[in-house]
Amino acid sequence: MSAAAEETCDIAVVGAGPAGLAAAATAARAGLSTVLLDEQATPGGQVHRAVTRSPMAARRAALGDDYWKGEGLVAECIASGARIEHGASAWSVSREGEVAWSRGGAARLLRARHVVVATGALERPFPIPGWTLPGAMTAGAAQTLLKSSGMVGEGSVVLAGTGPLLWLLAAQYLEAGGAIAAILDTTPRANWRRALPHAPSFLASRYFAKGLGLMAKVRRRVRVVGGVTWLGAEGEDRVARVAWRRGDGAVESMDADLLLLHQGVAPNINLAAAAGCAHSWDERQLCFRPELDEWLVSSVDRISIAGDGAGIGGADAAAPRGRLAALGAMLRLGAAAPGAIAAASSEARNDIHAAERGRAFLDLLFRPARQFRVPEGDTIACRCEEVSAARILEAARLGCPGPNQLKAYLRCGMGPCQGRLCGLTVSELLAEAHGTSPAGIGHYRLRPPVKPVTLAEIASMPKTEAATRAVLRG
Amino acid sequence: MFRRLPEALSGGRPVRLLVDGEPVEAREGDSLAAALLASGRVACRTTPVGGVPRAPYCMMGVCFECLVSVDGMGSRQACLVEVREGMRVETQRGAREFGR
Repeated sequence: MSAAAEETCDIAVVGAGPAGLAAAATAARAGLSTVLLDEQATPGGQVHRAVTRSPMAARRAALGDDYWKGEGLVAECIASGARIEHGASAWSVSREGEVAWSRGGAARLLRARHVVVATGALERPFPIPGWTLPGAMTAGAAQTLLKSSGMVGEGSVVLAGTGPLLWLLAAQYLEAGGAIAAILDTTPRANWRRALPHAPSFLASRYFAKGLGLMAKVRRRVRVVGGVTWLGAEGEDRVARVAWRRGDGAVESMDADLLLLHQGVAPNINLAAAAGCAHSWDERQLCFRPELDEWLVSSVDRISIAGDGAGIGGADAAAPRGRLAALGAMLRLGAAAPGAIAAASSEARNDIHAAERGRAFLDLLFRPARQFRVPEGDTIACRCEEVSAARILEAARLGCPGPNQLKAYLRCGMGPCQGRLCGLTVSELLAEAHGTSPAGIGHYRLRPPVKPVTLAEIASMPKTEAATRAVLRG
Repeated sequence: MFRRLPEALSGGRPVRLLVDGEPVEAREGDSLAAALLASGRVACRTTPVGGVPRAPYCMMGVCFECLVSVDGMGSRQACLVEVREGMRVETQRGAREFGR
């Protein structure tokens, strides 16, 4: 096989969001050969999606200053000399630092001395009745359409759920000229009591003023229904109505063409978990997160994890986490002496600390209610294989002990998304069924390839003479 | 379900595709999933299990709801494919066919 498909580098970075861009820039500036792989057509990740060519550049104020910060991160990365590969889906990272990736149906192998996984976050599953209907999508998806194509929802647009992104999207829609029929706020009222002890540190965070301003602006112009305790989308082949229950038990509904759902984000763990990096349950953030040392190195010593993939910290924490991960990798590779990176690493740690101020308050205030995380009855938990909550509970009653065994019972988690959209739901459902916690029941065991790859792509991978002989017959 | 804002209509060159044989005009820089939504298409496939319609859900490559056939190759993630002049797109009915 041609050697062109196999390359080496010092540092491979997966994901060109703020963490990946900062990690690649830091490593390349230090003279290390650095390759940054990203699945999208342009750099920026989800938070700075399409920042280099957004049609909204004609009206920058609509997306806000935090979005356009991505321009600086991209410019720094390009100036650093790091090689950026776009449209590149990484589907395997090995303990030895081999990164397998594909673009346009051709697979390649990159051998790196160290790998920084910066695969970010994904929106927490929101398993309510009707969430699989066309017309129901995530708030983040709507934000992506606005950033990258200048599109807004049409007709009766309803936002539902909890968390800062919901309010940010609402403010951006209003600023851009979109209309919102209603916001259905599912934030449990009891969350305030738990979050308040952490309010002082949040008051010192820059998100405090920004968040309050956003919410006030939105509330002036949009109908906001608070204390929603149940939610469902209705319709035949697409969303036509959305119904909800209020705290007092009253059920209401309204016409809806587009239902935008959001209840926070969770680390996108598939690539790192499949590489063997240990993850454990985080009860405050209700997700699995990797176990990392002070340099963000995972339990696999060639792999570091930066950005929201390391635990949700937000975009402001992501970039300094990326810098810190790159500095740690330089240290590990002997490319820098501890003294030489002392100043840069303490600056990164300070920036991370400042960005994470107030995070506990946000985590507790916007902690999604149990009934929106743990579905019941016919509500779909696994979208790919169309497995309902009732069938998962039935499997548990028949003796299914955990998420991995559930695959054999119901194919749950075995569709193309490989558990990304049902992993947390299934862990919580089965944990409850067996009277334990997600920490006890665990997550699906994830394996490469973490993205579907064709046999032809794998067959075209570089292979050694010995490997070819091993499978030859006759 | 979605419309383009005036600034999106004035900027960006038009790109023409064929979706299930019908001409669709997209904008340069659109993902295919965005172009399908902008053209007024509500669903992009039916599921292999229940045969029910599905539409793009996450727009970031994780949910695999936007699978379509692009230039004869099945199960491409429309949110990760950029539109290209002359692209032939087919919505998918059920599972990907063998050999494509």
